[in-house]
Amino acid sequence: MRITVTVNGSEHHREVEPRLLLIHFLRDELRLTGSHWGCDTSNCGACVVWLDETPVKSCTVLAAMADGRQVVTVEGLARGGELDPVQRGFAQCHGLQCGFCTPGMMMTARWLLNRNPDPTPVEIREAISGQICRCTGYENIVRAVRWASEYEAQARSGGGLQGVLPNQHGDDDAEVIT
Amino acid sequence: MIAAGAYGPRPRKEDARLIRGLGTFVDDITRPGMLHGAILRSPLAHARIVSIDATAARAHPRVEAVITGQDLAERGLAWMPTLSADVQSVLATDKVRFQGQEVAFVVAQDRYAARDALELVVVEYEPLPPVIDARTALDSGAPVVRDDLTGKQDNRIFDWTAGDKGATDAVFSSADVVVGCDMVYPRSHPAPLETCGIVAETDPVSGKLTVWSTTQAPHAHRTLYAIVTGLAEHKIRVVSPDIGGGFGNKVPIYPGYLCAVVAAMITGRPVKWVEDRSENLMSTAFARDYHMHGEIAASADGKILAVRARVLADHGAFNATAQPSRFPAGFFHIFTGSYDLQAAFCEVTGVYTNKAPGGVAYSCSFRITEAVYLVERLVDVLARELGMDPADLRMRNLLRPEQFPYTCPTGWQYDSGDYPRALSLAMEIAGYDELRREQAQRRARGEYMGIGLSFFTEGVGAGPSGHMDILGLGMADGADLRIHPTGKAVLGISVQTQGQGHETTFAQIVAHELGLSPDDIEVVHGDTDRTPFGLGTYGSRSTPVSGAAAAVAARKVRERARIVAAAMLEVSADDLEWAEGKWRVRGDPEQARGIAEIAMAAHSSLELPAGVEGHLDASAVYNPPNLTFPFGAYICVTDVDSGTGEVRVRRFIAVDDCGVRINPMIVEGQLHRGLADGVGMALMQAIVFDEAGNCLGGSFMDYLLPTAVECPSFELGSTVTPSPHHPIGAKGVGESATVGSPAAVVNSVVDALAPLGVRHADMPLTPASVWRAIQGNPMRSDLTPS
Repeated sequence: MRITVTVNGSEHHREVEPRLLLIHFLRDELRLTGSHWGCDTSNCGACVVWLDETPVKSCTVLAAMADGRQVVTVEGLARGGELDPVQRGFAQCHGLQCGFCTPGMMMTARWLLNRNPDPTPVEIREAISGQICRCTGYENIVRAVRWASEYEAQARSGGGLQGVLPNQHGDDDAEVIT
Repeated sequence: MIAAGAYGPRPRKEDARLIRGLGTFVDDITRPGMLHGAILRSPLAHARIVSIDATAARAHPRVEAVITGQDLAERGLAWMPTLSADVQSVLATDKVRFQGQEVAFVVAQDRYAARDALELVVVEYEPLPPVIDARTALDSGAPVVRDDLTGKQDNRIFDWTAGDKGATDAVFSSADVVVGCDMVYPRSHPAPLETCGIVAETDPVSGKLTVWSTTQAPHAHRTLYAIVTGLAEHKIRVVSPDIGGGFGNKVPIYPGYLCAVVAAMITGRPVKWVEDRSENLMSTAFARDYHMHGEIAASADGKILAVRARVLADHGAFNATAQPSRFPAGFFHIFTGSYDLQAAFCEVTGVYTNKAPGGVAYSCSFRITEAVYLVERLVDVLARELGMDPADLRMRNLLRPEQFPYTCPTGWQYDSGDYPRALSLAMEIAGYDELRREQAQRRARGEYMGIGLSFFTEGVGAGPSGHMDILGLGMADGADLRIHPTGKAVLGISVQTQGQGHETTFAQIVAHELGLSPDDIEVVHGDTDRTPFGLGTYGSRSTPVSGAAAAVAARKVRERARIVAAAMLEVSADDLEWAEGKWRVRGDPEQARGIAEIAMAAHSSLELPAGVEGHLDASAVYNPPNLTFPFGAYICVTDVDSGTGEVRVRRFIAVDDCGVRINPMIVEGQLHRGLADGVGMALMQAIVFDEAGNCLGGSFMDYLLPTAVECPSFELGSTVTPSPHHPIGAKGVGESATVGSPAAVVNSVVDALAPLGVRHADMPLTPASVWRAIQGNPMRSDLTPS
């Protein structure tokens, strides 16, 4: 079947098998290998991407279901060469080791901060509780998300960072960067 | 001083690509014309293969080849050596010996077609009775798992002992107090988030084989591929790109790797094989599966005198433990722990069962995990018997600083330590006395709060080649350090990161020695064509062995630089001292040259003394004189719901001493990981089988791993007791928390349930398991109830 999917702002037309999973569409068809496949059963979250602004586990979404819709992957987090504060937070706080879960974790973290700019550690843990990291014990992932939250709060309060943060992901960011 | 600045917390070089989604993991690699492999696996735990018919699969329009055991047998590749001097079936020819065993390999044009074609391979099995419970494996009349081994009539792999039986029994027979405990360290699986995989490609002109694979030991794999396939070793290149976690799971060579290599040779095209999660959990190296009986002897006033243990070790269908060959039970005989004992004795029997092979595969420091769990549970059982506080009992018996170097009753020589300091610090961070007061108040209210301790000593950094080898390969590691004319450097190392941050830490090691910035040093690893030989990253050996090699190579560079600096400054080399990252003239600190200036001079027309070659490059091979012995004190606070059996880990305090910390940020990250392992293994993780040998832990829905919700925020502390024999005083830390933490969690839960009369409960302490223990009817959580 023929599908049209907009990924990270670019429109892609492909002829695909109806059974093709979104994760394989992204990785094998579009060569966007930043999203990873980890478990088959929607447990690990290494494959989390956004489908119309909502995080989904792309190992359990058919590519056909993304027809006509917007997908954002880790490759779309940075804009104009500028890293997203979440990406910076993960590097600053050692929120990753092997890096395999990291793209999915960052996509969920970005989604969380867009809705809740100042999440507590408990709220962060709940937000990523559908995803597995085998390296960090989650401690530094929580710190990384908090780092990004505080960084963005400073930017909002005019702490010399205003304008540095690009308006990244459509309408939701209006809530964050006001 | 620049050099002093090279150690310390520092963001990682690796992160720049990984946070952008631009890492290169094995499944990210695509080669022109690449085919995809998939493995047909046995649905049965034990069965004779009557026939395999691949006709329909071969007729599939997108299938390029189907390989069976018979095809491999014709090439002499149906069986391969394991890392424990056994053999393992690559594709089954005679019978299948565990559920999930490899039976056929399908090669197709895409990964979906390869999976489709698996269903077209028809295999007729004749089921055989399986051996599932290790405790019955040695029964007379038990089915023989390994009838492929000539003359094999039973399921015994080895009987092995350590320590002095007579001396130990004598201490036990005269001791005031002897207590014992049966305990199971259940089978678990390391489950790195990236499963195992490979891309194999042969060059049609040179015949060179290149494999990109998920390996923690690229050089050892190259040698093994040469031995197994008969290819010349210089015609094999093993590349280990970004690896999504290893934890020991990626040390062995798996049948799928060899199948992909053979498929690449047969088809003349690159072949990718990446296993799915169920394949990873059901067929690759498991961990633990130790059935232990431990006893501890003490005086009435709490002086621990001796320990002894009997262990039944379930190794699965093939003895494929990845460990130094001369130690069939790994380093289990360090089970004397951190205490000053008179005697110790252990006996370990290894058995075959109809389960996946493995055993040493999960951050266990070659079975020290099991040893620490045994002795730390015994100490708690003893404390209960004596009516002593478990912290007091430990403090009373810990080795004292002045006893180091200390030789334990089974022969390990601990290099350095200050154990009471670590335990005191952990108790201080925890507020131990206050916790005990709170516990008393809660108990009075009928609430179940537990405080569990563990103290561990590991031996890591295998190892001295005179004592340790894997399949005859000594466990030394090389380092090549090249200094470019402008003073930038490239360090080639034999070990390979799976998230440990080698590219950063090893740059810091060299920078520290040479007065350079870590930013000016590129670390090359994971490619056998570009790096020196060494046995790889596992057993917490990277910093103790390869890190030492890097430091030694850097010191050789420094000494070469001294000669050049002397020529530059027109003084004798003896008149130079290394200070503040430069060679400078004694008494004239203005006269100094740094490595960058010296490097340019070393490549220039500067006249050097006769016999001096120029340039600064150096290499080193480090053969460690001993293991290093990191240690730590852990305290876990839990709350247990006696109605549901649910355990909540409220706090976890960990004080670790791994000697000198090169990058404390990375050290702490590794500790966080291991502490999460402790929570997971103690409370959730077990690979369980039913009576027919069906694996009941074959997906992440059944094999539960801790998420952010189960893990507490970890509270870390540190002490630093340098290793006296390591060039930079470092000890290795990658497995410390995995080794030390499960006992603290279990001790905490048992402590919580003490008022209910619970003396022991086996991992994993799931709500059901805890609830059963509360009812006085503990269950064997490693097997399904029959």
